[in-house]
Amino acid sequence: MSAITEPEKGGFQISQLLYDTRYRSMTIQIIALIGFLLAVGWLVRNAGQNLADLGKPLGFDFLWDQAGYDINQRLIEYNSTMSHGRAAIVGLLNTLLVAFLGCVTATIIGVAVGIMRLSKNWLISKLMTVYIEAFRNVPVLLWIIITMAIFIEIFPQPSHFRGEDAIASMKLFDSVALTNRGIYIPSPTFFPGSGPLIAVFFLSIVGIFFFGRWAKKRQEKTGEILPTFWIKLGIFILPSIAAYYILGKPMGLEYPELKGFNFKGGFYMRNSLISLWFALSLYTAAFIAETVRSGIQAISKGQTEAAAALGLRPGRITSLVVLPQALRVIIPPMISQYLNLTKNSSLAIAVGYMDITGTLGGITLNQTGREMESLIILMAIYLAISLSISTVMNQYNERVKLRER
Amino acid sequence: MKKSVFTGTLVAASVVAGFAAAGTLDDVKAAGELKCGVSTGLVGFAAADANGVYHGFDVAVCRAVAAAVLGDGDKVKFVPTTGKTRFTALASGEVDMLARNTTWTFSRDVDLKFEFIGVNYYDGQGFMVPKALGVSSAKDLDGATVCIQTGTTTELNLADYFRSNNISYEPVPIETNAEGQAQYLSGACDVYTTDASGLAATRATFEKPDDHVVLPEIISKEPLGPLVRHGDNQWGDIVRWTLNALITAEELGITSANIASMSGAAGKNPEVNRLLGTEGDLGGMLGLDKQWAMRAIAQSGNYGEIFDSNIGEGSPVGIARGLNASWTDGGLIYSAPFR
Repeated sequence: MSAITEPEKGGFQISQLLYDTRYRSMTIQIIALIGFLLAVGWLVRNAGQNLADLGKPLGFDFLWDQAGYDINQRLIEYNSTMSHGRAAIVGLLNTLLVAFLGCVTATIIGVAVGIMRLSKNWLISKLMTVYIEAFRNVPVLLWIIITMAIFIEIFPQPSHFRGEDAIASMKLFDSVALTNRGIYIPSPTFFPGSGPLIAVFFLSIVGIFFFGRWAKKRQEKTGEILPTFWIKLGIFILPSIAAYYILGKPMGLEYPELKGFNFKGGFYMRNSLISLWFALSLYTAAFIAETVRSGIQAISKGQTEAAAALGLRPGRITSLVVLPQALRVIIPPMISQYLNLTKNSSLAIAVGYMDITGTLGGITLNQTGREMESLIILMAIYLAISLSISTVMNQYNERVKLRER
Repeated sequence: MKKSVFTGTLVAASVVAGFAAAGTLDDVKAAGELKCGVSTGLVGFAAADANGVYHGFDVAVCRAVAAAVLGDGDKVKFVPTTGKTRFTALASGEVDMLARNTTWTFSRDVDLKFEFIGVNYYDGQGFMVPKALGVSSAKDLDGATVCIQTGTTTELNLADYFRSNNISYEPVPIETNAEGQAQYLSGACDVYTTDASGLAATRATFEKPDDHVVLPEIISKEPLGPLVRHGDNQWGDIVRWTLNALITAEELGITSANIASMSGAAGKNPEVNRLLGTEGDLGGMLGLDKQWAMRAIAQSGNYGEIFDSNIGEGSPVGIARGLNASWTDGGLIYSAPFR
């Protein structure tokens, strides 16, 4: 009687998985996923089986065994009687140190070079082009090795500082020693009673912060602009200097001195750290410079002209109008430059810098024969570092990106 | 992202672990060449000449094995390995044997799953310093900067030695002998340390070798020898007895000059006959033919000849036989009998 055909209930047929467009893509994806998991499973089983056949089943106990080797640059207490795990941490801190120094320096150089490349001065802009092209187009390993080679060859060896008619001498009123083993600079030493001085120093930094906020509020209210830079500089220096003399000079400088084979005292920056840091910074800075240039060029000229029409001076146009907008374009590619720098730091062994690849992935791997385990940990660590950098930078990106209202 | 890293790990793993299970002899015969891991360049031990042909003390062992197994000492593919890469290369099957100034230690033999087949050079770790430094003993090295090859036993010995003598030092890790040489000569390190034989070989290449001295202290025992993977005993036996054949040949007075006449027909000395295959069939027990040892010895001479021509006092490296003299001359070089 009724002409309406009810959709059949429970009429699902297996063939629909393939012929019905509603299910087809899901079917294909599930099959692909199963295939992928099978391939992964096979690889895992194969690797495990082979390691077991070799008599080296997977295990991480070696991390607690005595390492037995020394590391020259240690940010935490370490000696050869401590464990492989500890040695790995020493290496990790060295990696983080050079990555941090490198990222900061690369950013400073990169931004400066990027802006200079846009300069109207022909010489400057061409020089910057040459620098960028030279560094971007040569593998970073070569830059690291050549920096080290130059470093070793141009600076005098410590023995040249010795004797009456020494060939080399210390620089800057005998306070800095430039040797081919590294650079020695004076370090602060704290005598009793230096506590208040340090407190004053940190209080003045807090003071600068609060002054900045106050000055900004005042400017928003009244429109008056204070010479904040000079006032901040004053807050930074004056109280500390006053406290230094009032408290009776409770702090001094320890100068490096040639004792025996090497200089002793002061801060010692090893040749390996300096050349790695220098080479990574210059290499990454070339990429950052291009990023900055493209970011600035992405801001339409109308913005600059409009700002100028409002009466802003060129410096303020850059800092208040162009850069805030350019940052939106600059930051995402900048993240990957930071990641590249961090990962490139694993080339450290080329100059004998003991980073995590040199300790865990180098000596520990070699002395214990735990290739698989060491590499797994190493990859996990680099992954963790990279993801942390990404997270931080993404949050910063959220803050500076265009607010759509 | 996580997945791709995971897969990467697995690929790395299967490369590391993807070694040939057994039957190295068959693999070598099938390939028609012996893959032998040597150092990246240490004059006298393993170094390529201007024509790319490898020469040296360790190289001669590779060639002897190739001559024994394949009948031709030139059918060797030399794979240069660093102190760091050598064990992975052997474990993964990239090389069939390693003859690379490698110290026989407990952990390498037991934990790293290798089989040292003997000792071809008794060595010890020494220190080289410029004469101008005026150092006469390693105990004077407090505070010195020391260049050292990473991934070697010397690294561990050095740490032990300085710790037990309660003196400090600054290690500078380097990857290859060439890098160490560059840093040492430019004065970036005060001291270069490695096996005494390596120091002698390195010093021989300097422009002014006499400006440098090797300090009298030998701080460790470094028995250097060829090694193979654990688990393939037949292959281990072949390499072991090839080395023993070279050593026994010196003891019995078989040289590259007289081997042709001695192997022609059975002579008076039964051990010479067994070794050269004119009596019994020792080669058959190894899975080789009767003349295997004859070919190995004919390749570059007996142990003594190999030593003299590559690193002996007549060569630029100029090392005295010392501990490495045959036991009949008061040294430690001694082979189990061929019987």
